Amino acid sequence: MSVAAVRTVTLTVNGTERTARTEVRTLLSDFLRNALGLTGTHVGCEEGICGSCTVLLEGVPVRACLMLAVQAEGARVETVEGLAQNGELTGLQSAMRDEHGLQCGFCTPGILMSLTAAEREGLSEEETTGQVLAGHRCRCTGYAGIRAAVARRRKESEATP
Amino acid sequence: MGQGPGQAGPADTRERCRPVKPPVFEYMAPRTVEETVRVLGAAETAGGAVPLAGGQSLMPLLNRRRVRPSLLVDLNRVADLDTLIVGERTVRIGALTRLRTLEAHGPLRTALPVLHDTVRLVAHPQVRSRATLGGSLCHADPAAELPTLALALGARLRLASAGGARTETADEFFAAGGTSRLPGELLTEVEFPVPEGFRFHFEEIPRHAHGGFPLVGVCVGVRRDAAGTVTHARIAAAGAADHPLRLTEAERALTGRQLGAPDGVARDVLDAATAQASPPSDLHGSGAFRTALLRTALRRAVTTLNGQETA
Repeated sequence: MSVAAVRTVTLTVNGTERTARTEVRTLLSDFLRNALGLTGTHVGCEEGICGSCTVLLEGVPVRACLMLAVQAEGARVETVEGLAQNGELTGLQSAMRDEHGLQCGFCTPGILMSLTAAEREGLSEEETTGQVLAGHRCRCTGYAGIRAAVARRRKESEATP
Repeated sequence: MGQGPGQAGPADTRERCRPVKPPVFEYMAPRTVEETVRVLGAAETAGGAVPLAGGQSLMPLLNRRRVRPSLLVDLNRVADLDTLIVGERTVRIGALTRLRTLEAHGPLRTALPVLHDTVRLVAHPQVRSRATLGGSLCHADPAAELPTLALALGARLRLASAGGARTETADEFFAAGGTSRLPGELLTEVEFPVPEGFRFHFEEIPRHAHGGFPLVGVCVGVRRDAAGTVTHARIAAAGAADHPLRLTEAERALTGRQLGAPDGVARDVLDAATAQASPPSDLHGSGAFRTALLRTALRRAVTTLNGQETA
């Protein structure tokens, strides 16, 4: 079988087209971090449990550790680096800071990506703090701060849509 | 996790700190079913071709190097596998259809509400976004929801290979550990009969509030006559054996009964279920504990069905 084990991958990350050569076995999470220098995507368990590496693929939250970089060829990927614009935090990021939704911050990038997608999809608060947050392991906060951030963000966005 | 020189600890520490990355393999992403089965068939004779669907079970195995394929055949660009047809008598779902798609599909929810409800029990949204029906069935984890659902609903699985195609019932597909899929074969489509006059319910006892395989799950379907007597029953369980388990004895015991028999569910129905079960023991619970949970889940499922009108 004459298949090269190295490929060139081109994808759009946070609105910018990026290209890099990579082994076919490279995980998307490692590709983002090592080939593209986007170390905001954190790598925890690498078996899909912890959620630290969650990114948005075509707007949908996925585990970057459970995908190969070559599978993202031609795709639109969003990482935590794409959230704040010109140094200004998104409403969710501000709410996480104001409500102490993080301590060590390791899980935070993944959580922010999932919550961003949930907000765009208009999921209910119950769905967000239940189903969505269940896909993330936070060993610091006990989730109280994160839930408070979700609630605060919801209240603020209702006040100023 | 870095393990630089000079950091080497005792052997067990080294084992735990081993890099969590896939082994070296070749990679192909065919566009059609024909091309896929040709590649799978050709590579199978050489050994070691593995199809990659949503990757939510296979990628962790690759990362841990529990699976070392020579060739990874990525199905994610085969559009013909991503289909969903809701007919009057059957629902046909392409093997690559993602759980997120199933969850959001209105006509499917109307035709097979239990499939919608059960998909919502699987893992969490960040996994359902990639996970596929076919991947879950082929991985055939004994504690997973969808193989159990396929058994209870009497699904039929379409397998293609370079030599042709064949259809297996879920009973045949999950008869023992693993599946009856042969090397070089590709699961292309799953057909669920729309069970006329039945009501189904999937009840599970999870390890956490959401996500992860349950400790035990049970899917119960009943058809009742006008007097409320069960004329047909379908029961399957997850986490009750080393493979997804159809509980035929409990089906027989439930048939001819009223669901709301004096103390909820007749004891012999529960006894029939546990007699057929041989749940494993692991760090999350002993086999005896899981057996008790199976009885609880079955009782809850039947109680839920009893609270619903006959279809």
